[in-house]
Amino acid sequence: MDAILLQVLNGLDKGSAYALIALGLTLIFGTLGVVNFAHGALFMIGAFVAVTLQRVLNLSIETIDPDKKDFLGNPLKVQTPYVEAWFGESAGQVIIGWSVPLAILAVIPIMLLIGFVMERGLIRHFYKRPHADQILVTFGLAIVFQEIVKAIFGANPIQTPAPEALAGVWNLGAWLGLSLPYPAWRIVYFVFSAIVISGVFAFLQFTTFGMVVRAGMADRETVGLLGINIDRRFTLMFGVAAAVAGLAGVMYAPINPPNYHWGMDFLVLSFVVVVVGGMGSLPGAVLAGFLLGILESFASTTWATTNFPGINQIIIYLVAIVILLARPRGLMGRKGVMEE
Amino acid sequence: MFGLDKKDARTFLFVIAITLLAPFILNPFPTESALAQFNAGYPDLMQRFVIFGIFAIGFNILFGLTGYLSFGHAAFLGVGSYAAVWMFKLLSFNIIPAIALSIVVAGLFSLAIGYICLRRSGIYFSILTLAFAQMSFAMAYSVLSNPSFNLTNGETGLQVYASDPQYLKGNGPDITHLFGLEMNSTTTLEIGAWAFQFNAGFYVCAAFMIAAFYIALRIFRSPFGLMLRAIKTNQTRLNYTGLNSRPYMLAAFVISGMYAGLAGGLLAATDPLAGAERMQWTASGEVVLMTILGGAGTLLGPVLGAAFIKYFENIFSKINDTVLHTWFSFMPESIENLLVAIIHPFVGKGWHLTLGLMFMLIVIFLPGGLVDGGMRIWNRITGRSRTQTDPVADPKPAE
Repeated sequence: MDAILLQVLNGLDKGSAYALIALGLTLIFGTLGVVNFAHGALFMIGAFVAVTLQRVLNLSIETIDPDKKDFLGNPLKVQTPYVEAWFGESAGQVIIGWSVPLAILAVIPIMLLIGFVMERGLIRHFYKRPHADQILVTFGLAIVFQEIVKAIFGANPIQTPAPEALAGVWNLGAWLGLSLPYPAWRIVYFVFSAIVISGVFAFLQFTTFGMVVRAGMADRETVGLLGINIDRRFTLMFGVAAAVAGLAGVMYAPINPPNYHWGMDFLVLSFVVVVVGGMGSLPGAVLAGFLLGILESFASTTWATTNFPGINQIIIYLVAIVILLARPRGLMGRKGVMEE
Repeated sequence: MFGLDKKDARTFLFVIAITLLAPFILNPFPTESALAQFNAGYPDLMQRFVIFGIFAIGFNILFGLTGYLSFGHAAFLGVGSYAAVWMFKLLSFNIIPAIALSIVVAGLFSLAIGYICLRRSGIYFSILTLAFAQMSFAMAYSVLSNPSFNLTNGETGLQVYASDPQYLKGNGPDITHLFGLEMNSTTTLEIGAWAFQFNAGFYVCAAFMIAAFYIALRIFRSPFGLMLRAIKTNQTRLNYTGLNSRPYMLAAFVISGMYAGLAGGLLAATDPLAGAERMQWTASGEVVLMTILGGAGTLLGPVLGAAFIKYFENIFSKINDTVLHTWFSFMPESIENLLVAIIHPFVGKGWHLTLGLMFMLIVIFLPGGLVDGGMRIWNRITGRSRTQTDPVADPKPAE
């Protein structure tokens, strides 16, 4: 029982990342009809926003401490981060420690901006071009993003620790009578992604803006004829999708040290998730994200890998192949949407 | 001639001439001059030109003719390489059985994958091929290299060891050869300040490429090729006329898979090792780029694209800060440093950034590729109207 629950938990954090990226992909595909191969790169950029903020907060002022001397008797130089100098030592350390959650505040405007610029500057010109062209140009963009990040931050993974209060282990099952110690940050990640996902759904479901967007997804032309500037709203949705990917990336940084080819690693899997969930179906993307994450974690157990060596690496693809062949529109895809 | 009409025969002869004279054409600068680093006429690079030319020609049969964008063709190349190295390990260093097996294995592999992937079209097809290629990559990297069943030798890559059986080797040479002609034997011809290198491996690969080009040419002009173009233009209508388009698609997929296998086999033949990274999806992206850059659906495009990319990859990644400083040394130091700082991220290790930008620019502004661009310029010069260009190469307007 414990073991099963543990695997489910293991699957949830990766599944959350898949679900968030796939949600963004589906939003873009559902609204603009564009296949965005650069979406994984947006996820990666989000993670590097966290890295950047951590570095910025650690920028230090160098002072000479008159009280301390090194072993030669020279005064010792002390590095004090600016935030500690400004807000006092304890408050400064808290700010530095919480840099990853703080990066959430930074990542939303940054990703919205990147999303707008991307849509207005590039994607807009590709609506009427074939899907192959869209794939190719966003693929090129993904390479460019990836190489820029590599040029700035280098090719090695960068450790981005979580706040100390959330870096430990929580015994989650204590109140169920089970012993289930689990890294706290992963639970935080799952809760966070659940909040983001419900936020996006609430936005689409309960606001007038969301209603118009949904109407536009169903029949863009008619909404346009009603005198609504649907293009502008879709541009905003592109920004929202980019922001969701960025948020997923920021919070994922402590789980797995970010490196520049993260985007590509997650992109391929997220596309598989979208396809399994059903192209254009938002709930499908979320459901498939969590399902495949959990499935992957079960496939990584020692039992599975000893009986079926390598199953953990290919399980997602296998599932995708089976789904695509048996139920081409995916788990929750609408009939007739991108089915051929 | 060769069953080709006059125009095609001219194209074919042009390709033969360019390929056979490549050691001269690619070596325009004297060996000792400062520009010698732009020379491409050395065996290793020339071999890659023709090998990736074969890969791109094959990919073009699928993508250029039918419009199905496969993102997993590197898997077939990788499989071909593995098959060839296994032949070296088991039989001898003769390349003929190795290449034969690599084509056959890649063909069977693409038959299996194509059978499944071709049930879908559009982006589903792209994603399915991508998924299969990543799966093959993951398996080659880890699963298939456990101690009890070591097919791929994992991270190290498959290579030939002295302890391998090599049943047919006898007292044949210890490096890859074609019935005794060693692949790395090179004759150098020195004329004045120039040194031209003639490499056996290059000419063997070139012969394969010429044959591959000829077959592609025949496919393009055949009823089969016409059927593939019909699929690209309007598959639904084709289905409504009562034709089952899937066997044609599958044939095209397998043919292009076999081309990739041939390229993989030749890669192993020039350098007998095979690694999983050849199957990674970045490698698949590269062949897509080669085809697009040269011009998808055109005959010469893929070859040009492959040569273009491999050339710039080689030249750009060789340029480092020292080279840049010598270039700009005539300028005042501050401007020199500024220029070097600006160019630095795009060359050397940053070559992929240039590649990505190039990729985007080509897709945005020149969807027809280099061939189409050249054609437009040519028509501008000669004053001919654009209606005479090949309708297949003609891109749709951007908006």
